[in-house]
Formats: sequence, C-alpha cells, structure tokens
Amino acid sequence: MRGVLVGAAMCVAANAVAADSIPESLTGARGDPVRGRAIIVNRHLGLCLLCHSGPFEEQRFQGDLAPDLKGAGARLSEGQLRLRIVDNSRVNSATIMPAYYRTARLARVAPAYQGKTVLSSEQVEDVVAFLSTLRD
Amino acid sequence: MRVVGTVALLCTLAVPVRAVEIPPAERRSGYEFMSRETRAMQDDDAANPAMLWVLEGEALWARTAGAGERACRDCHGDARSSMKGVAARYPAFDATRGRPVNLEQRVNACRTERQKAPALAYQSRELLALTAYLGRQSRGLPIDIATDARMKPFLDAGRAAFNRRQGQLDLSCAQCHDDHWDKRLAGNAITQAHPNGYPLYRLEWQGLGSLQRRMRNCMAGIRALAPEYGSAEFVDLELFLAWRARGMKMETPAVRP
Ligand code: HEC
Ligand code: HEC
Repeated sequence: MRGVLVGAAMCVAANAVAADSIPESLTGARGDPVRGRAIIVNRHLGLCLLCHSGPFEEQRFQGDLAPDLKGAGARLSEGQLRLRIVDNSRVNSATIMPAYYRTARLARVAPAYQGKTVLSSEQVEDVVAFLSTLRD
Repeated sequence: MRVVGTVALLCTLAVPVRAVEIPPAERRSGYEFMSRETRAMQDDDAANPAMLWVLEGEALWARTAGAGERACRDCHGDARSSMKGVAARYPAFDATRGRPVNLEQRVNACRTERQKAPALAYQSRELLALTAYLGRQSRGLPIDIATDARMKPFLDAGRAAFNRRQGQLDLSCAQCHDDHWDKRLAGNAITQAHPNGYPLYRLEWQGLGSLQRRMRNCMAGIRALAPEYGSAEFVDLELFLAWRARGMKMETPAVRP
C-alpha cells in the first residue's frame, strides 16, 4: 500500500492518509528545513506566527491562538506533522488552523486564490522538514 | 487495537463545535483593547482626527444640494436634537424596501428622493462626513436596534454569515471574534468586532472608514470574496453586529489602531 498522490489535483487521496498521519512525502523528496523555517516566519506565506509562537527569537510578534511549536518534532512524527499541515481538519474538524494543501470544501474564496493551495507541495515538505528538527 | 483507538478519537473530535456568543456582561468595546495613547486620541475632540469629518458633515448638513434645493437641515432642523439617538437605531427596517437599511442607505434615500441629488458613493468623503456627523449625535447612547418579526430573517442571515467559514483560510468571523477575542493574532488584539464606533478613524488607514470597509479588511485577511459595498449581505451582517452589541454605548467617531 503506497500513499497515492493525486498528481496536480492539489489534494491528498484519502488512502494516503493512514489514520493520524500522511507517511509519504507529497513530492517524493525530502524538504529543505532552512527554507521551511523561512516559510514559517513569513507572515504572508506561512502565516504560522499569526497564531503560533515558537523558537524564533528574532520574531517580535507571535500569536497565542495555538500551541507553541517548540518541540513539535518530538511530539509528532514526520507523517503526523505532514497531515497537520496538509489538512488539520482531519485531526480536529473544529480546528481554526487553515488547511495548507487542500482546495476542496472551501467557500467564497477570493478570486486570486481560487483553486490554489496556501502552500505548494514543495513548501509543505520544507515546513515538515523544519518542524521535524524541533526536538526540544 | 491502536488504530481502532485513533479512529474512535477522530470520530469524537469530528463533532463540530459551535461558536459561543459572548454573554452581555463580558462584552467589551474595541476601545478597551487600545493603548492609552490611542484612547486619549479618541477621548479628546481636539486630538481626534475624525473630528475633521464631523465638522465637514456639519457643513454638509446645512448645505443645499440637488434639484430639490434643500439641505438636510431644511427638513430635519438642528441635528443635535433631531438626530440624537438615530444612528444607534441603525440598520433599521425600511418599509419601502421591505428590508433593513444602514445609515449610509438612509442618507442616500434622503438625497435621491427628497433632495433630488445623486447618491453618494460608499467611502466617499461626503458620505463618511455625513455618517460621522450623524453618529456623533448618538455618542454615549446605547445601541438600540429593533428586533421585531420583520427583522428576524435578516438578523438570522447576518448571524449565518458571521458564523460561516469562508475564504482560502477557511475561518468564520465567529471563530476569531466570539471564540478568541481575548487572544492575539501576531501582535494584535483580536477584539470582539463591535460596530459601536463607526465610521471611525483608523490609524492604519490614515483616514476615516465605514464598518463595511473594516469588514472587507477582515475578509481580505482570510482571503475571502467580499460582498459589494451596500449589498444586502453586508447590511445583514451590520444588523447582526448591532444586535450583538445591543446596549453598548456608541463611540462614533472612534479611533482604532
Ligand atoms: C489560524 C490559526 C493557525 C495558523 C495560521 C496555523 N496554525 Fe497550526 N494550529 C492551530 C491550532 C489552534 C492548533 C491546535 C490543534 C487544533 O486546533 O487542532 C494547531 C496545531 C498545529 C500543530 C500541532 C501542534 C501539536 O503540538 O500538536 C502543528 C505542528 C502546527 N499547528 C503547525 C503549524 C504551521 C507550521 C503553520 C504554518 C504553516 C500553522 N500551524 C498555522 C492554529 C493555526
Ligand atoms: C425633503 C425632506 C428631507 C430631506 C431634504 C432630508 N430628509 Fe432625512 N428624512 C425625511 C423624512 C420624512 C424622514 C423619515 C421618514 C422616512 O422614512 O421617509 C427622514 C429620515 C431620515 C433619517 C432617519 C431618522 C430615523 O429616525 O430613523 C436620517 C438619518 C435622515 N433622514 C438623514 C438625512 C440626511 C443626512 C439628509 C441630507 C443628506 C436628509 N435626511 C435629507 C426627510 C428628509
């Protein structure tokens, strides 16, 4: 049973989600943690620090709507992290965390963003790679 | 066994959690979230930049306009008495249209029907000035909208819009303003989204703006398609916001960061 990616369809096939995780890379390759960190602290791209805080000493304004990302890589496996970035509503349907790699089940999306995911598959992998390094 | 456990957990979590409306005793104006400097700016007419628009509105109130060659004052007299408490009752039911109208629409109805002058555009300096001037006559008075049976469908529509997830970021107004008003989004207080200061001077805008402009800002933030200015959908939302803030004191023209 390989995780199946629906090519350009910008969504992850249900059978690629094993219960609480997406075990396989969306791109088939490992992400780059340095780029992943840059995406996370970018308020227009990752948007993560609007809600989360984390071990980013140089970032002055961090959110307090969501758990601190410190230690995320110790609490969660790479596959669990990937599922939470791709579509955290599969873990918690009431979550406020946006699905970064889903275009279905969205209402009234502004024209400039219609049919587009928040992050690309490469960017999701970069973010996952960086989060995996947050071990303490 | 572990897989079964996880699946069961996912099912429990899948029950949608509805936003909880803020109990009256816990409601707080955006003012209370502001820095001391910004509050001082709102409190002192000499420092409040919005007062420029209020003064302009006062002049417009007295100025003849349109083919009717009449000023607002010719029909309504001194706004300080005739318009006291009026803005606090908007959106209000309009029998001709069979639906609630906001203050901007009310002003424009008077312009087109009574003054025979062209309607003023949303966000135009004149419409902001007139609504700020009208709002000023309700400062300190409680929001007091009608909530009779005629209003109910529109109030319900506004509530539904407030609670609907939308945009690429898939968030509802309620998820931030009911559920997380005591938190911070990056460095900014989220606040409870009360409409009691509009139109108001926003430091970020470097100018005066309407409630609909503010709502459009939030919609842009969640990457959602915003309704047209003056659309029924926006007025229903304004109505719901006013209902949510019923009894709260008007602050128009307020200052916000
Ligand atoms: C609008 C708010 C919001 C944004 C933006 C957001 N998150 Fe989250 N995130 C949450 C919330 C709230 C949770 C807590 C769990 C839940 O609600 O399901 C969470 C949970 C998580 C978790 C699991 C944490 C744990 O310890 O279990 C990770 C990892 C995570 N987010 C990473 C990210 C990253 C990386 C980004 C940006 C690419 C991001 N989040 C953007 C709100 C957000
Ligand atoms: C020719 C007369 C006339 C003129 C000129 C006029 N109005 Fe009116 N206005 C009315 C009447 C009559 C009503 C109330 C009845 C109705 O609903 O039509 C009203 C109602 C209002 C209300 C609502 C009051 C309430 O208690 O709900 C506002 C606000 C208002 N006018 C503002 C203005 C402004 C601002 C102008 C100028 C731009 C203006 N009016 C010009 C006749 C006029």
